[in-house]
Amino acid sequence: MFRLALKMLFGDSAKYLMLVFGVMFATFLMTQQSSVFCGLMRWTTAILKNAPAPIWVVETEVRQVNQTIAMRDTDLGRVRSCDGVDWAMPLYSGVQNVRLENGSLTVVQLLGIDSTTFAGAPTRMIEGSIGALRQPNAVIVDDLALSRLSPDPKTPLKMGDTFEINDQEARIVGICKAMRSFTGGPFIWTTYERALSYSPPQRKMLSAILVSPSAGRDADSVAASIERQTGLKAYTNAGFQSSERDFNTATMFWYVKNTGIPISFGTTVLVGFIVGVAISCQTFYLFVLDNLKHYGALKAMGASNGKLCMMLLSQVTVVGLVGYGIGLALASLFGLAAIKNTQPPFYMPDVIPFAVLGVIILICSLASFLGILRVSLLDAAVVFRG
Amino acid sequence: MSAPIIAASARSITKSFGSGTARIEVLHGIDIDAYESEILMLLGPSGCGKTTLISILAGTLTADRGELRVLGEPLHAMKKSAITRFRARNIGFIFQQFNLIPTISCEENAAVPLLIQGMSLSKALPHARKSLDQVGLSEHMKKRPNQLSGGQQQRVAIARALVHNPRLIICDEPTAALDAENGQLVMEIFRGLMRQPGRCAIVVTHDHRILQYSDRIATMNDGRIVESVPTSKFDFDHHR
Ligand SMILES: Nc1ncnc2c1ncn2[C@@H]1O[C@H](COP(=O)(O)OP(=O)(O)OP(=O)(O)O)[C@@H](O)[C@H]1O
Ligand SMILES: [Mg+2]
Repeated sequence: MFRLALKMLFGDSAKYLMLVFGVMFATFLMTQQSSVFCGLMRWTTAILKNAPAPIWVVETEVRQVNQTIAMRDTDLGRVRSCDGVDWAMPLYSGVQNVRLENGSLTVVQLLGIDSTTFAGAPTRMIEGSIGALRQPNAVIVDDLALSRLSPDPKTPLKMGDTFEINDQEARIVGICKAMRSFTGGPFIWTTYERALSYSPPQRKMLSAILVSPSAGRDADSVAASIERQTGLKAYTNAGFQSSERDFNTATMFWYVKNTGIPISFGTTVLVGFIVGVAISCQTFYLFVLDNLKHYGALKAMGASNGKLCMMLLSQVTVVGLVGYGIGLALASLFGLAAIKNTQPPFYMPDVIPFAVLGVIILICSLASFLGILRVSLLDAAVVFRG
Repeated sequence: MSAPIIAASARSITKSFGSGTARIEVLHGIDIDAYESEILMLLGPSGCGKTTLISILAGTLTADRGELRVLGEPLHAMKKSAITRFRARNIGFIFQQFNLIPTISCEENAAVPLLIQGMSLSKALPHARKSLDQVGLSEHMKKRPNQLSGGQQQRVAIARALVHNPRLIICDEPTAALDAENGQLVMEIFRGLMRQPGRCAIVVTHDHRILQYSDRIATMNDGRIVESVPTSKFDFDHHR
């Protein structure tokens, strides 16, 4: 009966393709949009990944990592003297203009790190070394900067090349891999002092203090004690939802709450769902209606409701799996291309394919429900009536 | 010669459709017997209840009152699910409109009753091919039904009706959708296949030209059986 069900399904290739298309479309749209959303949310925390430190101390009003409210230089000393602090180093973080040789401007995310300890330095160097930052005018850039800051994208910058940040010279002494920033600009590391000189002067310049807890102390409790003793805000940095104080989590939730991003992505996901339901339910019901006469004949010939129900379910299952498979494959291809191209953001946590599969199962259940109801209520006696 | 064995017997069967004032009784106490190794044809004017009666005999419709024994089983006292299983095992169906599934091949169509009984397609296909061979369609097994003529399609339906070797075959106007020549050919083949001990066929028809293939003819009028005679005693002139 299973083979029979499939043959009936494949036999009507127009409806079969339509059904697969509906499920595929829904799968692709939901997977791709959720992954781009997750990717975008991850981009919002790029600074935390690119300047890693167990604890980030920031101004009291700071709610997310892309928001910089400068602190006083004296705050650094206050944090250093806190209980449980192993080391505490200054960090400058700001968006600055780079003038390209052809005169156009582009924005970069400038990070100034402590010049003796290099706390907050990039972790994945491709070329050069972090120590070279001690040389005059030295900067380390991520690989995106090589093409972004080159006047001609076909000939990217290389080691030793120079460019200007706010009209002051910067020389590339290292190249690293880094996570893309939310603003889309490349990351540039230099020393804290040089970062200040690259930036327009302001009364307060200290964006954040990077802290490591002393041995045997956990980041959470040290962060709590820093907050108590200094009145500043101390976040931990151990990944999304790792703790109540996690800066990644706070940042992502801030964007979820305070921007239209989730709504716009959510709407597209909903559209995927609705279109999937509409196409699949309608087409499958039409398919069942088309075959109603045959289901009636099968019923007369002694096929039970259970058997007919299994036939419909196996048809829907095949359509669902094929459509889901193709949709997921397309979304993954899109993801691979996006990652290769470095944009749009794309991040597919394991939960997405499973959640989408759940939604597809829901769509298929809805689609088969009407058909099963119709076939179950069908009277076997109808076969004798034209 | 020993007494014929009863394959199906109905006693005082009544059936109504509709409810309240729109309720009409279609069968008014039918008594009928069908015997093994015979083809019983049911004749009667349109609307007299022939289809209703064979639906009840086949177990696809339940009577309001009366007793119904088919192949020894008391269908009137059985649950719907048991009757469904009973139909799958014991009854073959031939419909006026053939009712073949258009998206599968003829051999797959002919295998359907075995699939319903739970046999796998690969096991069922050899039986289906044998059955198609018996109706002279071994050339066309892989074709889809719509690639065949009406007569050939009805022969596929006969192969399907007989593939699981049922003891009762129910046919509603099997030749009504066919021209005279094809109708004769189909009945010829059907008759030949019925020459097996123990099989009983009940055939509803309007087509007087196929009455010659019957062993007995029952005439219905307005929900009652008015006559039931061996074909040799049937007054063809009177019914013309
Ligand atoms: N499901 C139903 N609901 C209501 N009335 C019905 C139903 N089925 C049959 N009838 C009525 O019962 C009567 C007998 O119908 P039936 O189909 O048994 O006649 P028939 O002898 O097979 O006629 P025909 O030769 O035209 O096929 C008709 O008047 C028909 O309108
Ligand atoms: Mg009829």
